[in-house]
Amino acid sequence: MKYFLFVVLMGFSAVTFAVEEAQTFHNAQQAQLFKELSLELRCPKCQNQNIADSNAIVAKDLRDKVIELVKQDKSKDFIVEFMIDRYGYFVHYKPPVTASTLVLWIVPILFVLFGFGSVILRQKKSSVEQKWSDKDEAQLAKLISKYQDSSSQVKQESGQ
Amino acid sequence: MSEDSKNSKLVFAVPLIIFFLICIFLFKGLFSNPRELQTGRLGQEMPAFNLPDLMQDNKSWSEKDLLGKVYLINVWGTWCPTCLVELPYLTKLRERGVEIIGLYLEQGYDPDFDGEFNIQALRDEVSQMLARTGNPYQFNIFDLNRSLAFDLGVSGAPETFLVDSKGVILLHHTGDLNERTWRAKFAPKFTELKEVKL
Repeated sequence: MKYFLFVVLMGFSAVTFAVEEAQTFHNAQQAQLFKELSLELRCPKCQNQNIADSNAIVAKDLRDKVIELVKQDKSKDFIVEFMIDRYGYFVHYKPPVTASTLVLWIVPILFVLFGFGSVILRQKKSSVEQKWSDKDEAQLAKLISKYQDSSSQVKQESGQ
Repeated sequence: MSEDSKNSKLVFAVPLIIFFLICIFLFKGLFSNPRELQTGRLGQEMPAFNLPDLMQDNKSWSEKDLLGKVYLINVWGTWCPTCLVELPYLTKLRERGVEIIGLYLEQGYDPDFDGEFNIQALRDEVSQMLARTGNPYQFNIFDLNRSLAFDLGVSGAPETFLVDSKGVILLHHTGDLNERTWRAKFAPKFTELKEVKL
């Protein structure tokens, strides 16, 4: 009976929570937009947190403003611009492509290109066919005879 | 053979160049201050506002009241320890002829829980603090809901803005203002605007 009551009450608390969430926004799209924005906007105070994570006062102010603007049916771009106007590009986790941020796009591509380039270069080099000539044959015979004479020395060397 | 040696030189040089570029980039990063945030409002006019005076009833300020003079806006609060450190220096600046307008940032007030705001208690607190440190302010604007602070891109206190006589925001500084930051950042701009030596 105790467990039954517990489960029933749990159900009630979940329902009231859900109702509260739905009441904040007029429709599901707005709730979704708020969720997206609060993950994408960066807290200016706690610098490695988004505004959903941060408890700083300024993060709360940003959240409240996002809720207000979302309720006015403003578009996502409008709200992001609104925040950038006030807090600079810093406030958005997706920086625009500018001269100073270009490096973020170029460096990964360069890395991949360079990696593949060096792998291909290496393979090309090692796959070059090596021809076996009479001269090589003669050299081999010479080397074999040389080391057969001093095989004990070779053994000593390889033993080291 | 010569092409081969050219290739191997290239293979050697490219990573080296990339390595040095990364070194320069990271070395620069050692000296950059992540707290040094710039408002998106730089070069723009003061946002419109209409807010009450902190110390007087029935007195309010708007952006139009501030036109026609070069001034600093200093964001502060009695709850902010760095402001306490900064206030004596700001008072010195006032004595040297810099006009400073306070933007009082209220931190914790929530109308849903706290009821009516007790302005008298805050005024007493402010008077006490300024009696200790000196009063650098011409007057204080009281931003209970942090609306002007939000429009200025303020993320905390203390922060300071330099505004010219046309109401254009020229500089934004986060953190305390001291002799070093004043000389490095504000003094050149300020003397240029006022045409006086400070």
